[in-house]
Amino acid sequence: MEDIRIGVYICHCGLNIASVVDVEEVAKYASTLDSVVVSRDYKFMCSDPGQDLIKSDIKEHNLNRVIVASCSPRMHESTFRKACAAADLNPYLYEMANIREACSWVHEDKELATAKAKDLVRAAVRRVKLQEPLEVREIPFNPNTLIVGGGVAGIQAALEIADAEHKVYLVEKDPSIGGHMIQLDKTFPTLDCSQCILTPKMAAVGSHPYIELMTYSEVEEVTGFVGNFNVKIRKKARYVKEEECNGCGMCWEKCPWKAPSEYEVGMAERKAIYTPFAQAVPNIPVIDRDYCAYFLKGKCRACEKFCERNAIDFEQVDRFVDIEVGSVILATGYDLFDSSIIPQYGYKTYDNVFTGLEFERMSSATGPTGGEICLRDGREPESVAIVHCVGSRDQNYNEYCSRVCCMYGLKTAHLVKDKTNAEVYEIYIDMRCFGEGYEEFYKRVCDEGVTFIRGKVAKVTDRTIGDEEPGKLIVVVEDSLIGSVMRLPVDMVVLCPALQSRADSEDLARKFVINRRGDGFFLERHVKLDPVTTPTDGILIAGCCQGPKDIPDSVAQGAAAAARALSMISKGKVTLEAAVSHVNTDLCIGCGRCEEVCPFNAPKVSMDGGPLPVSSVNEALCKGCGSCAVACPTGAITIWHFKPEQILSMVDALAEVQQ
Amino acid sequence: MSEFEPRILCFACNWCSYAAADIAGTSRLHYPSNVRVIRVMCSGMVSPEYVLKAFEEGFDGVMIAGCHIGDCHYISGNMRAEERIEKLKKLLHTLGLEDERLLLRWIATSEGPLFAETITQFVGQLKKVGPSPFRKELVA
Repeated sequence: MEDIRIGVYICHCGLNIASVVDVEEVAKYASTLDSVVVSRDYKFMCSDPGQDLIKSDIKEHNLNRVIVASCSPRMHESTFRKACAAADLNPYLYEMANIREACSWVHEDKELATAKAKDLVRAAVRRVKLQEPLEVREIPFNPNTLIVGGGVAGIQAALEIADAEHKVYLVEKDPSIGGHMIQLDKTFPTLDCSQCILTPKMAAVGSHPYIELMTYSEVEEVTGFVGNFNVKIRKKARYVKEEECNGCGMCWEKCPWKAPSEYEVGMAERKAIYTPFAQAVPNIPVIDRDYCAYFLKGKCRACEKFCERNAIDFEQVDRFVDIEVGSVILATGYDLFDSSIIPQYGYKTYDNVFTGLEFERMSSATGPTGGEICLRDGREPESVAIVHCVGSRDQNYNEYCSRVCCMYGLKTAHLVKDKTNAEVYEIYIDMRCFGEGYEEFYKRVCDEGVTFIRGKVAKVTDRTIGDEEPGKLIVVVEDSLIGSVMRLPVDMVVLCPALQSRADSEDLARKFVINRRGDGFFLERHVKLDPVTTPTDGILIAGCCQGPKDIPDSVAQGAAAAARALSMISKGKVTLEAAVSHVNTDLCIGCGRCEEVCPFNAPKVSMDGGPLPVSSVNEALCKGCGSCAVACPTGAITIWHFKPEQILSMVDALAEVQQ
Repeated sequence: MSEFEPRILCFACNWCSYAAADIAGTSRLHYPSNVRVIRVMCSGMVSPEYVLKAFEEGFDGVMIAGCHIGDCHYISGNMRAEERIEKLKKLLHTLGLEDERLLLRWIATSEGPLFAETITQFVGQLKKVGPSPFRKELVA
């Protein structure tokens, strides 16, 4: 039997541990435990001299197990594992006792804390004896990347990766890339035109030799794991042959059938065969079956008649394309909160209550009014109220702040002031102008004569009272700075609706096996230190699918996600978790319980191994959660590094009562 | 005679509840030292065997802490833990142990204060229930 030789190191962590726990006493106690050869206490174990202590002891005392009692393993487990590995000790023969976060920082009584520290060290000693060396395996990493979503975050990520000459598949559900950003007019705080800055990037994507653009397409199915994903893409039928069409526009010019334009948020019409907007990438139309007379009534085919390149194909069906990629960047953006859910704000009840996005289209030179700010009847408004936090910072809808509304509310105010003579009221709860140049822009708009009212709007109504002018919309709001309720007559109301997670985010999260927060946005691995990765290796997130963001932040996150993908590509291989599930085929009865409970499809029962069905685990898919091991009725499945005897040894050790 | 101090074993999942315990630490939130935590990768990894062993060895209470439903790092491990807990409680009855001795709680990474509160409350609860019949006497 192996001669177990354990080294135990008790860290003072300066005074963080030593001020509460008697570290010398704990080290002395550890030295009395079975198999402990060396036991020391040291000021900072994580420092270079601290780590050197471990390394030299491993050599000098022939240690084959190491324990550091210090902070949380979530903090320094990898540090000490590396130190062990550097001294040729398998890192899985290292164990950590958490005597800081779980002891000295949460207990005041020195005696009790010291006793607890001893218990934790004793448990670690018992466990480490039973630990086994594990090998970390590496497999090749597919250098192709899938990016889902062609908004500004996805575009940025695609260009970063493609410019490094690695293949990118960019999948977009709409007929063109561009996302929400392409709908915007001016962008805060610099007021540069959104289309002017985005269309060059879109064109670059469209013509990039390393980007395969799949618009009007959606992810159907995902299998595989980091470095080796297989993804099935559904290319929805466009009824236009992409390879034939040259985007001349004759078809949509001749098409007699109209539909509300999604791009213009329903404020203008498009044809039944259409590209969403003039600068669409690719400049290839799609036929909308719900409005096309041929699909509805069986006749017309005007587009087909006029198409010189015979690109129209009414027989087209959805096609499926299988691609192989190493990593995926999800950049699926956001849905705008439906303001009509709050009936008291009058959206869809009163004509002249607009959403921020409708205002963007109205103000855009390419929009339905050619950039003129006007009421539904074409008149110029004399007064405009801008209502912040519609569906955001509201316990009834979304508790979070949507982060961009204050700034685009200010921009709206500026544009109204710039283009009309209207009085403008900005009704806010708090002004949150946190970005570069944002506070300065706020000051600028203040100086432009906009009236700021601090309060939450109670309702918007057309019922005037007293000497209020009929025909006006009355915005009822409590000005919380002076503590009185105001009735504000205006011609136009612009609501600033919340940015919400996509309606299909749950479905997408399931496909890619990632999590969502309570508010529906995709959950990052670490909110501060790892905002672009998810707990599922190889699946990255960028832009508003992770939470409301402005353009600079979306671009930064798109680039950051690309950097992550590139670092994996550059490494060229993936390390597989060693603490995974393992089937003892002698005990397995092939019942399939493991298959049922595994969310990652790692175990498979098959006849491959012999005459009887037995389970085997695809270690690349296994995340080591242990559900299968508990479910297994015969105890055939164990998780390396979390074997029952290892856990039970700790239970035993912790149960022992010392005096 | 000094007041009865219950002894608690807690299995905390690495991703949420163990992290919450860390946050309780970094925030210096004090709670009674009656608890010993074993880190597991997922609440779904906690075999009923471990819980029964803990009671057998004399712990007065056992707590399993995991991610909130929907937030599990492994998608559904916490649901497995939830499925098991009722069966486990039935089993405890046959051993003459009260429901109140076994606690399943969802504690998210950010909920350090909740971790500290939960431990404090559990200690209080167990003081009312009293010592476990399996409790071992002090080793002299």
